[in-house]
Amino acid sequence: MERIPILKMGRFLLVTIQVDMHDQLAIALQDDLTERIVATAAKGVLIDISSLEVVDSFIGRMLGNIASMSRILDAQTVVVGMQPAVAITLVELGLSLPGVRTALNVEKGIDLLRAALELES
Amino acid sequence: MKVLKTETVEVRSTQDVVIVRQRVRSMAIECGFSLVDQTKIVTAASEIARNTVIYGGGGQAIAEHLENERRQGVRLTFEDEGPGIADLSMALKEGYTTGGGLGLGLSGAKRLSNEFEITSAPGKGTRVVLARWK
Repeated sequence: MERIPILKMGRFLLVTIQVDMHDQLAIALQDDLTERIVATAAKGVLIDISSLEVVDSFIGRMLGNIASMSRILDAQTVVVGMQPAVAITLVELGLSLPGVRTALNVEKGIDLLRAALELES
Repeated sequence: MKVLKTETVEVRSTQDVVIVRQRVRSMAIECGFSLVDQTKIVTAASEIARNTVIYGGGGQAIAEHLENERRQGVRLTFEDEGPGIADLSMALKEGYTTGGGLGLGLSGAKRLSNEFEITSAPGKGTRVVLARWK
């Protein structure tokens, strides 16, 4: 089965979603990420969704799940790069992604994760 | 009202949901929808198409490019021959689900559409018609 690649960058994991995800792919990503967080002892996860043209309730739920699961595994998740049209649609859909941290781009997301880590130490 | 174009897509698997999204996107572009309007109808289509697969056991989606005197629009019809919905008002309630999801599919798709109609009865399948105008 196809998989979304997860890259390790220091203490963080980076996922760039570049395909129009079907539901099984989203579930596989959720599983793979939790495994990689544990295997690499990552402290943060960045999910770049700048190529995603649609985030529906299923993908939104997956993003929320990843944020919750990583928190339990002692890692923070930041979702970056959401397109404005996607943000407008998500809110109208009734999904405001509670518990999911966001940043405008990967760079700002990394800053956010670093700042959170410094607070911890 | 004229129908300028009709397309039918089989909706049997979650991969087909992706195909529905792509077809609806290109039709919305042909209609001259703004990016936000494209995203709204594609998202609504994704929600209902998933319901067709998960609850309806598969069915079909018909996309139509419409034109009246004043404007253009996209109308989507999703039909399945699944178990149907006994309590439609309950199903349309935000947060109500029988499938373990967020319960936003129907209520959200309705909010994202200009016109929305659902007909269903136990054992008779479900039919959802939604439209969005430019």
